[in-house]
Amino acid sequence: MQYEAPATIDAAVGLLSKAQGLARVLAGGTDLLVQLKSGTLEPDLVIDIKRIPEMTKLVAENGGFRIGAAVPCAVLGENAAVRKLWPGVVEAANLIGSTQIQGRATVVGNLCNASPAADSVPAMMAANAIATVAGPNGKREVPVGDIATAPGKTSLAKGEIVTSVFLPSRPAHSGDAYLRFIPRTEMDIAVVGVGVSLTLGDDGVCKAARVALGAVAARALLAEDAAKAIVGTKLDEKALAKLAEAASAACRPIDDKRGTKEFRIKVAGVLARRAAEKALERARGK
Amino acid sequence: MPLDPATQKIRAFDQVGTRPLRPDGLDKVTGRARFGADATAPGMLVGRILRSPHAHARIRSIDATKAEALPGVKAVVTSKDFADRSDDLRDILVNIMARGKALYEGHTVAAVAATSASVARKALKLIKVDYEVLPHVTDVDLAMEPDAPLLHDDLITSGVEPVPTKPSNIARKIEFGHGDVDKGFAEADLVVEREFKTEATHQGYIEPHACLASVGSDGQGELWVCTQGHYMVRDVCAQLLGMDVSKLRVTASEIGGGFGGKTTVFIEPVALALSRKAGRPVKVVMTRDEVFRASGPTSSTSMRMKIGVKKDGRITALDALLKYQGGAFAGAPVDYGGMAGVACYDYPNIRVVGYDVVTNRPKQAAYRAPGAPMTAFAVESVIAEIADTLKLDPIEMRLKNAAKEGTKSAYGPTFGPVGLVETLKAAKAHPNYKVKLGKNQGRGIASGFWFNFGGQTCVSLNLNIDGTLALAVGTPDIGGSRASMCLMAAEELGIPYENVRAIIADTSSLGYNDVTDGSRVTFASGMATIHAARDAIKKLCGRAAKVWGIPEEAVVWEKGFAKPSGANAGNFEPMSLKELAANAAKTGGPIAGHYEYNAENAGPSFATHVVDVEVDPETGFTKVLRYLVCQDAGKAVHPSYVEGQFQGGAVQGIGWALNEEYIYGADGRLQNAGFLDYRIPVASDLPMIDTAIVEVPNPGHPYGVRGVGETSIVPPMAAVSNAVSHAVGIRLTESPMSPPRILKALGEQAARKAG
Ligand SMILES: Cc1cc2nc3c(=O)[nH]c(=O)nc-3n(C[C@H](O)[C@H](O)[C@H](O)COP(=O)(O)OP(=O)(O)OC[C@H]3O[C@@H](n4cnc5c(N)ncnc54)[C@H](O)[C@@H]3O)c2cc1C
Repeated sequence: MQYEAPATIDAAVGLLSKAQGLARVLAGGTDLLVQLKSGTLEPDLVIDIKRIPEMTKLVAENGGFRIGAAVPCAVLGENAAVRKLWPGVVEAANLIGSTQIQGRATVVGNLCNASPAADSVPAMMAANAIATVAGPNGKREVPVGDIATAPGKTSLAKGEIVTSVFLPSRPAHSGDAYLRFIPRTEMDIAVVGVGVSLTLGDDGVCKAARVALGAVAARALLAEDAAKAIVGTKLDEKALAKLAEAASAACRPIDDKRGTKEFRIKVAGVLARRAAEKALERARGK
Repeated sequence: MPLDPATQKIRAFDQVGTRPLRPDGLDKVTGRARFGADATAPGMLVGRILRSPHAHARIRSIDATKAEALPGVKAVVTSKDFADRSDDLRDILVNIMARGKALYEGHTVAAVAATSASVARKALKLIKVDYEVLPHVTDVDLAMEPDAPLLHDDLITSGVEPVPTKPSNIARKIEFGHGDVDKGFAEADLVVEREFKTEATHQGYIEPHACLASVGSDGQGELWVCTQGHYMVRDVCAQLLGMDVSKLRVTASEIGGGFGGKTTVFIEPVALALSRKAGRPVKVVMTRDEVFRASGPTSSTSMRMKIGVKKDGRITALDALLKYQGGAFAGAPVDYGGMAGVACYDYPNIRVVGYDVVTNRPKQAAYRAPGAPMTAFAVESVIAEIADTLKLDPIEMRLKNAAKEGTKSAYGPTFGPVGLVETLKAAKAHPNYKVKLGKNQGRGIASGFWFNFGGQTCVSLNLNIDGTLALAVGTPDIGGSRASMCLMAAEELGIPYENVRAIIADTSSLGYNDVTDGSRVTFASGMATIHAARDAIKKLCGRAAKVWGIPEEAVVWEKGFAKPSGANAGNFEPMSLKELAANAAKTGGPIAGHYEYNAENAGPSFATHVVDVEVDPETGFTKVLRYLVCQDAGKAVHPSYVEGQFQGGAVQGIGWALNEEYIYGADGRLQNAGFLDYRIPVASDLPMIDTAIVEVPNPGHPYGVRGVGETSIVPPMAAVSNAVSHAVGIRLTESPMSPPRILKALGEQAARKAG
């Protein structure tokens, strides 16, 4: 196994493009190293991106934030401005593992590992975050929801690497939230995860909303009908019940060691409703 | 063991009952302590094990020629490297290395020793095993069906008359009890009968099995190993390898948890065989995945429990059917588990029938009060349901039936002084029992019992030249026992605790010691320590007598000093332990106390647990709000470590109740062989576990000590189930009571209510 730690994005893309055999990007390594240790993955080339200066930066941009691919989740949690603008994304990133894990783990790694249960992904999808991808043919921008295609699989072509994720600016009276269900209180993998982001008008009516679901299908889903159920409402009982129903209806889960289909479907609705209530509180400035 | 007259009255102690720091504490928190995987040796090789990917398969052939030819590979072993046998070690032999058939996924098929981990890994891939995959069975009820896949074609059920002519997966039938249950049920005003299932759990010790084996060309071997019993390891390994016991010296490392799971061998004979073949030391360390797949979890069970009572709650009869599967070999603890599980109450009529069943799962190993939590779950759930139906206070209902001194137990003996009533009263008096519960909250009560064990024990106490002492015991310290040993030696000798240092001696330094199990160590090694101290004191008095020129009988020992017994004996200044030690060379040489025996009269420990939970009705998530353990310790030598045992058992039981389980796929493979998906409770899942130590002295121990390590895991599954059942208004009968299971039960209840 060859280990490289290039200093520029171009060098990383060059190495990846030329690689023979299996190549993997190493960000925090909290997924990759586990896979190496257990022997499920035996790459020929590992490219560490933590020496690429622009990948390690978290910067304000156009009223939003650009998160470099090597920025650990702990850094997100410590940034008051990001926390204020996108509290739901930050709370999702700060659910990953534990304090120790968050000192290493990145949201881009979470995204590119392509686990359907990745915590930060539904939150970033609800936030309409955009990933920047660099490759042999230059740069492209991709909605985060289009990166993962199936468990462990991404839409990235050979030689491509995600360099950053952009969290956009947002209007006043907006709020977001992420909730997950785990049978314990930490150090577990989401059985269901729900991200909700919404914006209220001055009259308190919901003008826009995005709802994303994790761990209920082969990849995180945008639940458009669930969002529609609350747009144009004040998130009254009826709207919230419709939201829950639509979120449950969007699920395409499997039975596995972490939960049954029926459990995931039911709990997706429950969490969608609770996350919407939390996002609403934040939008109202509470 | 004759009763010590000193125990007949409750005595006052100077040191026993205090809470000094444990001697191994600093090393453990600073990382200086050496565990199983921390040993190294010059020229050491890495040993790795090839395991069956199939739940059940005939091994047609094993071809290791390519692996043997790989540079860096120094030895490959298979079942051919172990002589077959027909004695009672045969199951262990077949478990540590499959012979002819792989009986469960993870069963060892071959092993390699190589110069590095990566070479060893490559070598494993080069070993070609030709398997014929066979149908498998992992569920206890299915394994008992007449057409179930058969694990052993020579397994004839024992305990059945007439003796069956055909083999089956039922290894044993057991039956015990007394009275006439039919008559008892006829007299009852209320009879409740329920079926229960519990899934297998793992002890979940944080340290995986690890050892370093070294066998020289002269046939002498050494083994460094993480185990609960290095004498057992020595004797079993020597026999499996055909070595003289004297040629194998085993040293126990510090141990990162065992809970019963390290009372047998897995990798140790394999490591020794590899080392013997390679002529080099070999270290084998299991991965967590291997620990789950190939060490010993508990039994899973299927049970029917029927209890009849009078209107006032007095039990008239209990009838139980218990089916325990214990993995691929006979030995599921349905006997002791069943006996202990019903032991809390006084039954005029009781019948327990049990089956020990084999399935294609790893061979079960002991887990804290082996087998008892499952039967207790069934008994205590039915008792709770009866108390609810009759609107009786659950503690009063238990008090009415509680086993006490003079009660004839279902397993035979009549109890001496025992503390169940005291634990029930302590629970009732505790503030936790009076807290008002809110919405979606429920309270559960359950009691529990474990026999406790004495066993073969040998200790040695050596006086150093400065008056400090070296105490050598042969029972690995899995819960702070070295601190308790030092306290007891210091108490007897009347010297400071810090002046005694206890070590776990290797197998060549002391006589045979049984494994650290059965909650026996503080009781048995502790009593041996007391007697060894008394032996030393006798010798110390003799030395003083010699110096003073008076008869030995005229010298007494008091708080660290030899003194003339009275004015008649003569007028001499008391002689301190320090002086006696300094003068030992001149008065007859080294001074030591010894004691070896087979300890009896361990004295059982009873407990009562009270737990409050809150269940989220929309997700089935259970939060444990508060948890109380009241347990009889006889005499708590070191109360902190007694409380630690109470808390540890409760936490493991909470995990068993709520989320821990072995999940098998249709292919017979374990789906969750890691701590991510095998969910033991994490710290943030738990409230502080409250404890109340009850002390009803055990007449079988000079200080009244009872073992406390195991009883604490017996009540939790039932207590939590009772609490959850009260919170959701549905009686739950299957463990674990995980969120999907609770939510499903709630959904079914809602559907029933809707009509
Ligand atoms: C103890 C523990 C607890 C955990 N708990 C959680 C949890 O609660 N929730 C959760 O969602 N996850 C959890 N995880 C998984 C993991 O921590 C997260 O998925 C984390 O976000 C991964 O980030 P990383 O930077 O460590 O990724 P890495 O391991 O470095 O990479 C992950 C994958 O993405 C690829 N990759 C990384 N960066 C890029 C890039 N820039 N471009 C292209 N491909 C890239 C890698 O090649 C690899 O395949 C846990 C892991 C552990 C060990």
